[in-house]
Amino acid sequence: MTDFLMLAFVFLIAGVVAVPIATRLGLGSVLGYLIAGIVISPVLAALGVDVISIQHFAELGVVMMLFLVGLELEPKMLWAMRAKLLGLGGLQVLLTTLAVMGAAMALGQPWTISLAIGLVMALSSTAIVLQTLNEKGLMKSDGGQSSFSVLLFQDIAVIPMLALIPLLAIPELMDTVATTAGHGAESAGDHGDSFSLVAGLSGWQTALVTIGAIAAVGLGGAFLTRPVFRFIAMARLRELFTATALMFVIGIALLMSLVGLSPALGTFLAGVVLANSEYRHELESDIDPFRGLLLGLFFITVGAGINFALLFENAGTIIGLTLGLIAIKAAILLVLARVFKLTGGDKWLFGLGLAQAGEFGFVLLSFVVANHVLPSAIADKLLLVVALSMMLTPALFILYERVILPRYDRQQDRETDEVEANGQVIIAGHGRFGGVINRMLLAAGHQTTVLDFGAAQLDMLRSYGVRAFYGDATRPDLLHAAGIAEAKLLVIAIDDKHQITELTRYITANYPDVHVIARAVDRLHVYELYAAGCRDIIRETFDSSVRAGRSAYEALGMHPFDAEHLARAYVDDDRAVLIELAPLYDPDIPHHENVPYRERTKALMAEREAQLMARGNAFRSRTDRGWSPPTPKDVTAESEAN
Amino acid sequence: MARVIHYYAHPGHRFSHANRAMTRAAAKIEGITQVDLYAEYPRHNINIDREQTRLLDHEVIVFQFPLFWYSAPSLVKEWIDLVLEHGFAYGAGGDKLAGKVLMLAVTAAGPDDAYTPNGYQHHSLRTFLTPFEQTARLSKMRFAAPYVLYGALKSDPARHAEGFARLLHGLRDDHYDLDRAVAAEIVTHDTLPLTQKA
Repeated sequence: MTDFLMLAFVFLIAGVVAVPIATRLGLGSVLGYLIAGIVISPVLAALGVDVISIQHFAELGVVMMLFLVGLELEPKMLWAMRAKLLGLGGLQVLLTTLAVMGAAMALGQPWTISLAIGLVMALSSTAIVLQTLNEKGLMKSDGGQSSFSVLLFQDIAVIPMLALIPLLAIPELMDTVATTAGHGAESAGDHGDSFSLVAGLSGWQTALVTIGAIAAVGLGGAFLTRPVFRFIAMARLRELFTATALMFVIGIALLMSLVGLSPALGTFLAGVVLANSEYRHELESDIDPFRGLLLGLFFITVGAGINFALLFENAGTIIGLTLGLIAIKAAILLVLARVFKLTGGDKWLFGLGLAQAGEFGFVLLSFVVANHVLPSAIADKLLLVVALSMMLTPALFILYERVILPRYDRQQDRETDEVEANGQVIIAGHGRFGGVINRMLLAAGHQTTVLDFGAAQLDMLRSYGVRAFYGDATRPDLLHAAGIAEAKLLVIAIDDKHQITELTRYITANYPDVHVIARAVDRLHVYELYAAGCRDIIRETFDSSVRAGRSAYEALGMHPFDAEHLARAYVDDDRAVLIELAPLYDPDIPHHENVPYRERTKALMAEREAQLMARGNAFRSRTDRGWSPPTPKDVTAESEAN
Repeated sequence: MARVIHYYAHPGHRFSHANRAMTRAAAKIEGITQVDLYAEYPRHNINIDREQTRLLDHEVIVFQFPLFWYSAPSLVKEWIDLVLEHGFAYGAGGDKLAGKVLMLAVTAAGPDDAYTPNGYQHHSLRTFLTPFEQTARLSKMRFAAPYVLYGALKSDPARHAEGFARLLHGLRDDHYDLDRAVAAEIVTHDTLPLTQKA
């Protein structure tokens, strides 16, 4: 017990200390974890911890990450990616294998060993690359999507590799370690799992079982999960839902391991199947913390697993091999990027991001050693090369971000879309907010130009004939290309609060004739946008909240027409407060230090509180004026006067 | 059995005495269709197809509302403007309402003597209701005399409401003498033209 607590505490404290520092320094969380791993490696050695077995456990984090990626990816999108997946991914694996094999042969290795090394090194690190892409918000960029395609193909490619490697066995190695034979196959794809559903089956039987397992995941995901989750949801216990989600992911990983497939691939498929499910977001939020923690643990073990004694003995060789490997992989990736028309920053993101060897390299290396393809002396050095190349990846990302990206001025491939005819209306951001506005304007026969970052969505829009363009709408040059100078109206519907404010300020200052409708996140944001010069500010959730309030009135028995008018009165009152406070707000002074604003807010709030205390009379004074008849006394007085 | 639809329109339902008593009495009557227009269309988004179907499905159309400034509450005007379309209620092919009966049930704040040449309203109530009468005529409907409560703010609504219920019963069960109703100027709770059977 104490041992376990000690171990957990060491890992946690290492991560908790190192990651915030690394993030603060702009190095990214992955490098933070890796450094944490290196720092605690002496402690782990002193405690006698088997880092490799912990790493196998932590690989569950990679499995979960692929599940989450799958959840984000609908089957339709996956199908749309097929050309990239097979073309780009296939060529990357093939060319890298051949190039590394050639290099190894040039260094004097026989072709069997060289081919094995080539296969091992062709793989990249799904864990590091996806984590970093997500962290930097580059997942949706063309470079990010291409990287993802390649990583996915590599996961698939591991299956034939595992079949191919035993054929490369060297007789001499086989004789010397004959006693350990037979364990190799089992310690492969499933990291030391002693069960296998396909052991001892012939080729076609194996194929049948494998296809059956994939079908089980697909059909189970499509038809079984919904009733199960509905049943679990009835219990109304959140932790039970989490347990079920974990059960699904781990069960699928287990099934895949049993038939010798990549568990990550299996859970990815399950994720894709569930991408349209109503439980998608619940699953995401349940699995995500586990993914984060396990992935962190995984990176720590990579750092901790570095054999420094061996590294220092062969420092020159290993560093040379690592840099050589990165150079070869990057060169091939850059050539492929050119062939597949990735340009600018995307090309370099793709080329540098995938230039490392991956965690599957560890797995394959132990597999090739167990299959007598590779002497363990070489394998140990190669393990260091794999680990070191992974360690260098965050540095390559930093190189990309600090040196390469500024040169391209954040230009992405798709931004070279020639923005043809200029629309009279520009909609920045085509999410839930901008999408509705766009559809409404199109329905009324207006021409719109949509600017957004989501490439897949844009393709869909374009297929409907919408003029949609990929790009960062906050960039002046893109806005200019979209025709802001001739536009009548700009609708700012992007998500980020500060970008909305900045864009508003830029437009009101430079294009005073363009009417700006800005999306406000909350009340203070309304004031900021007002200060930025916008006079058509729409709070993104206000109207729906008011409607919900009106529904509540009706549900409680209020006449629908009264509910409508009370809701309108609430809106008017709220608006009156906004209009009164907006000019007092100063974005340069924190609002609690802004005396006139603070005093007026207090007074208005006191007024409203008094109205609330009067229970039910908050806005009625206004609504009561409509259709309330004169009192009988008034009537008498009136008829007497006549 | 005549199919009767009872439309009610009062934006200030909350403040009403007479009209609320009337709707309460009417709600107890089975076999007639009842519509609270302001509840159904609180945002004035009248569904024209639904309303025209309703008209086709009924033979007697009763509109109950308080008189506001010598006319109906605005939603009733909106309803007339939208639902009584050309080609449906009038004009070429506009005979879908032919033979039906339109009747108003109105409350007026002023006393009956105000609605005389010498009263402070200077005109009879029927004069103010001429637009409705002509609407019925153009739509080939018969316009039955309105069921009226004068001095609605002062008078006790109970008898008027009870009379309204008898009126609706009579319309439903064909005990209401429509010929006399069409000929009358107005009807009140004590002058309902019910036939002997009632």
